[in-house]
Amino acid sequence: MAEGKRARPEPTPETRHFWDGTRSGELRLQRCNGCSQSYFPPRPFCPRCASREISVFRASGKGRLYSYVIHHRPVPGFTPPYAIAVVELEEGPRMMTNIVDCPQTPEALVLDMPLEVAFERLDDEITLPLFRPARGALS
Amino acid sequence: MRPGSIAIIGAAETTELGRLPELSQIGLHADAALNAMADAGLRPSDIDGVATAGETPVSIAHYLGITPKWVDGTAVGGCSFMIHVRHAAAAIESGLCQTVLITHGESGRSGVGRTRPPVSPSSLQGQFELPYGPMGPPTLFTIPVLRYMKTFGLTHEQLAMVAVVQREWAAKNPRATFRDPITVDDVLQSRMIAYPFRLLQCCLVTDGGGALILVAKERARDFPQKPVYLLGTGESVETPMVSQMEDFTTSRAFRVAGPTAFAEAGITHADVDHLMIYDAFAHLPIYGLEDLGFCERGAAGQFIWERNTAPGGKLPMNTNGGGLSYMHSGMYGMYALQESVRQMRGIAPAQVAGARISVCHGVGGMFAASGTIIMTNEAA
Repeated sequence: MAEGKRARPEPTPETRHFWDGTRSGELRLQRCNGCSQSYFPPRPFCPRCASREISVFRASGKGRLYSYVIHHRPVPGFTPPYAIAVVELEEGPRMMTNIVDCPQTPEALVLDMPLEVAFERLDDEITLPLFRPARGALS
Repeated sequence: MRPGSIAIIGAAETTELGRLPELSQIGLHADAALNAMADAGLRPSDIDGVATAGETPVSIAHYLGITPKWVDGTAVGGCSFMIHVRHAAAAIESGLCQTVLITHGESGRSGVGRTRPPVSPSSLQGQFELPYGPMGPPTLFTIPVLRYMKTFGLTHEQLAMVAVVQREWAAKNPRATFRDPITVDDVLQSRMIAYPFRLLQCCLVTDGGGALILVAKERARDFPQKPVYLLGTGESVETPMVSQMEDFTTSRAFRVAGPTAFAEAGITHADVDHLMIYDAFAHLPIYGLEDLGFCERGAAGQFIWERNTAPGGKLPMNTNGGGLSYMHSGMYGMYALQESVRQMRGIAPAQVAGARISVCHGVGGMFAASGTIIMTNEAA
């Protein structure tokens, strides 16, 4: 079994909305009001056009498996082997995550498989957005 | 920089490489710097510019007894030294200083006197990558490659071949850490580190250092060694988070740094006799060959498989054995530069006969940064 605790993120004023969102069961992204670009990680301006006129919105929580490695050495909070993955969200941005409810093998972790967000509570403040195979995707 | 206007007139690595617990990080910088000054016949009082990463220019200048008029502390990972070369060339050409010392030292294996700060949990990496269990470069640098493999059909065997070929070069180099021949099967049966990467597809972890000294070409023949001239330079950065690379099958930083250097040098790929591509992991030479334009997108795995970069091939690459077999202290770029200088001086253990132009391409962080230096042994 995993020993120790996984690294805990520390929110900043610019990222607080994201962590407030995961705690309440929402995956929140940001979108530029001017050029409509959706982006991640959080920042209070658009990285494409530099506009400060941006909105926070609730993402669908759906995406696909973009790439990953399966780590075979121990890390606090993880039981090897475990996948460190990147999901490409339906809205466009990509984020690092772990894949749960799925064998951590190359055979089970197929690139482009549909995923959906699965929130994992670490403590009162922090809930992580993990991902699992989308319902109906595994036969 | 005008091509050929700046020369490397001092170059050396630490007296030894490997496991050196008797030297701290700054001690490794100093050992390499003293060797490079001896190589060039210079003393600390002759140096008026200092560039370094890992340590600060302040620490290095004070430790070595140098009073600089110009410093550069660009620290963007393993290609920092390529970028120092570029910045030093600009500084010398514009008259900010005359004689620049660039140093590297790293106690990567023994961990004596290390200065690398931990990643803050409130940084973007700390919030959006670290909670998912990465443990350093073997788990981060490697993440893009499955997407590359799916996009272009790169095979596990082709990825393993990168390590096999570099071991062939290392076998020719008495200073290489690993020199015994290996096969594709050996690589594919070595211990799994982070699928699809096995132990022999990951760089070594060793102690060592290196240093370079640069001057204007007008002074290049005042020193004992054969001068090596800078033909072209390039640099760029992309993202501190590998998960946020624009495209997992190509590095934007490579595609800026490499072509910038080629354009400045005014050369074509056919002019290149010798190539170094920083190989912290086996996929990096593949990305580098493509992003620098030596191969079409998706073709570099087969290019290496067909032994084009191996001893006897048409494009000798990573002729010291690379980070996979020669040495890798953490910020390997300095050792790639040293091998390019040796090749241009004509003194490399695996010397490429008649080589006149060397391209040396570095990466920093996990595809975070890049620097490219093109050298020649012919005066402009």
